[in-house]
Amino acid sequence: MTMPLLEVEGLRVTIDGPAGTLRAVDGVGFSVGRGETLCLVGESGCGKSLTALAAMRLLPRAARMTADRLAFDGLDLTSLPERALADLRGRRMAMIFQDPMTALNPVHTVGDQLVEVFDRHRLGSRAEGRDRAVRLLERTGVRPAAERMGQYPHQLSGGLRQRVMIAMALMGDPELLIADEPTTALDVTIQAQILRLLRELQREFALGLLLITHNLGIVARVADRVAVMYAGRVVETGTPSEVLGDPRHPYTRGLLSCLPGAGRGPRGSRLGAIPGVVPSLVGPVDGCLFRNRCGEAEADCATTAAEAPRTLAPGRIVRCLKAGVTA
Amino acid sequence: MIRFLLRRLAISVLVALSVSIVAFALLRMSGDLAQELAGERATAEQVEAVRVANGLDRPLPVQYLDWAQRALRGDLGVSLFSGEPAASLIAARLPVTATLALTSMALALALAVPLGVIAATRPNSWIDRVSLMLAVFGQAIPNFWFGLILMLVFGVYLRWTPISGSDTLAHFVLPSVTLGLSAMPAIMRMTRSGMIDALDADYVRTARAKGLLMPAVLVRHALRNAVLPVVSITAVQLGALLGGSVVVESVFALNGIGQLAYQSIQRLDFPVVQAIVLMVSFIYIVLTFLSDIANARLDPRIRLA
Ligand SMILES: Nc1ncnc2c1ncn2[C@@H]1O[C@H](COP(=O)(O)OP(=O)(O)OP(=O)(O)O)[C@@H](O)[C@H]1O
Ligand SMILES: [Mg+2]
Repeated sequence: MTMPLLEVEGLRVTIDGPAGTLRAVDGVGFSVGRGETLCLVGESGCGKSLTALAAMRLLPRAARMTADRLAFDGLDLTSLPERALADLRGRRMAMIFQDPMTALNPVHTVGDQLVEVFDRHRLGSRAEGRDRAVRLLERTGVRPAAERMGQYPHQLSGGLRQRVMIAMALMGDPELLIADEPTTALDVTIQAQILRLLRELQREFALGLLLITHNLGIVARVADRVAVMYAGRVVETGTPSEVLGDPRHPYTRGLLSCLPGAGRGPRGSRLGAIPGVVPSLVGPVDGCLFRNRCGEAEADCATTAAEAPRTLAPGRIVRCLKAGVTA
Repeated sequence: MIRFLLRRLAISVLVALSVSIVAFALLRMSGDLAQELAGERATAEQVEAVRVANGLDRPLPVQYLDWAQRALRGDLGVSLFSGEPAASLIAARLPVTATLALTSMALALALAVPLGVIAATRPNSWIDRVSLMLAVFGQAIPNFWFGLILMLVFGVYLRWTPISGSDTLAHFVLPSVTLGLSAMPAIMRMTRSGMIDALDADYVRTARAKGLLMPAVLVRHALRNAVLPVVSITAVQLGALLGGSVVVESVFALNGIGQLAYQSIQRLDFPVVQAIVLMVSFIYIVLTFLSDIANARLDPRIRLA
């Protein structure tokens, strides 16, 4: 069996606050294979961004991280020194962010910010770097590319800036691209364009893609596999047809049932509201964290065993006591 | 860029104009110039003769235009005390003050910017605390006292530096340290808070996600943004330093603008005082204009607006 590009097991991220320690990410596990697209889905605040940042080892200072395994192409990211991590970032693993309006540096030209990646990783001469930058801008639809090279971020629209971010992420010809809600901040029409672009580029560059999203429509269109997150945990994984067609976790079913046009096109299919609130993740927690919002909850759901992962089939994991029963 | 510069230039000219009107008005309100020029024992006829001879009988706007024309040519009037032109009195003192201002500012920047950057990368660390203490120290300690201490330790006791006068650059070491320490805190705080904001910004996270190493992240991405307000405050501080420091110039017996202003005030030498006020104002105007240009060069959002 080939080694996955990115392996995450038992990832925990905690943040110390005045009220106590927040368990923002609590035992998350998944893997992304070469050329594979994994969608990480979940409500706002469930720990998706922190998970992605942990994989890049770019967590904010306030956050602390532990993991049973966090590896990129077999390299243990938890023990790699900062310098070696920096050599990976931008070169073999790249990341794009949710808000293209603030992700680019306002005082440097688009071209300089792209070529910087090339220079940093000594991928060739300046001229070659500029060539590659122009080609990638062209490819990502930032045209006329040669002219855009000399422009500053504030001269570009949000959609163009996100395209620049994507081009920049590809400068080092990475194997893994982490995209944290890359379309959430954009207009609906532009969202679809950017998503199509990402999918094309994923094939063209044979990228392993970890795509974080609110949008279940996206999942159906691009994912090879899906991981659904709730309150800092992955509660269900599987292929899109398994997860969307035969959801085993009540939370996943809740997400699907409160889609505006359930099961139909990508438009507007953001996660709707499931009644109830996420329990506080500050301090110790026990049992299934969804039980207070779950219509099927029983007394057993409060036990530690309730949130143990159950493997239904290879790659099909559900954290629910009744996962096997509902089949 | 051109439009921005023209706008700034127009503002500078307007400010200069108002400053000159105020300076002129102050000079006229300071007393009857004809009387003062003629001397205390002059008769009424003599005073009138002086008034006519000097054009002081003409309407004020005419006098202002005349005065402004002469000021533009560098004629700022003559000292009531020595009869020397005020402009040459200032020109004689300016090199000392300018040297002191520039060395002090260089020292302040050399201390403030690195400390601010390091403090921002490690908030609440010992180095952050030490630099904040240094800033409080720099702000709270009176210059005369700190100057005297430096003089005692390094000049009198260790004999490393001369203690008074302005003959060599070595003479400027202790006064520069004194003034530099008082100019440092504001610049350091500005650098620190700007860097803390910048380091928190998304574009710094992007820079790190590109694999950039700390020096490039700190300098090319964070500091390059944080430096904008630092430029402005440095210009203001430099203006203050170029106005001369009475205290430090007295302590170290430096014959600069500060001393000249102090003596002229004591001697009620109005033309010289006015000339100094005018010069200091124009230095501020020029520095503000220069810092606007610097900010426009550094920030494309200003330049291309
Ligand atoms: N720097 C931080 N300091 C304190 N708390 C944080 C920080 N970053 C994230 N958190 C908290 O950690 C939790 C998970 O945050 P995260 O950003 O991973 O959520 P998310 O799933 O990406 O949400 P969204 O969909 O809104 O982006 C949230 O409760 C958030 O408030
Ligand atoms: Mg997020």
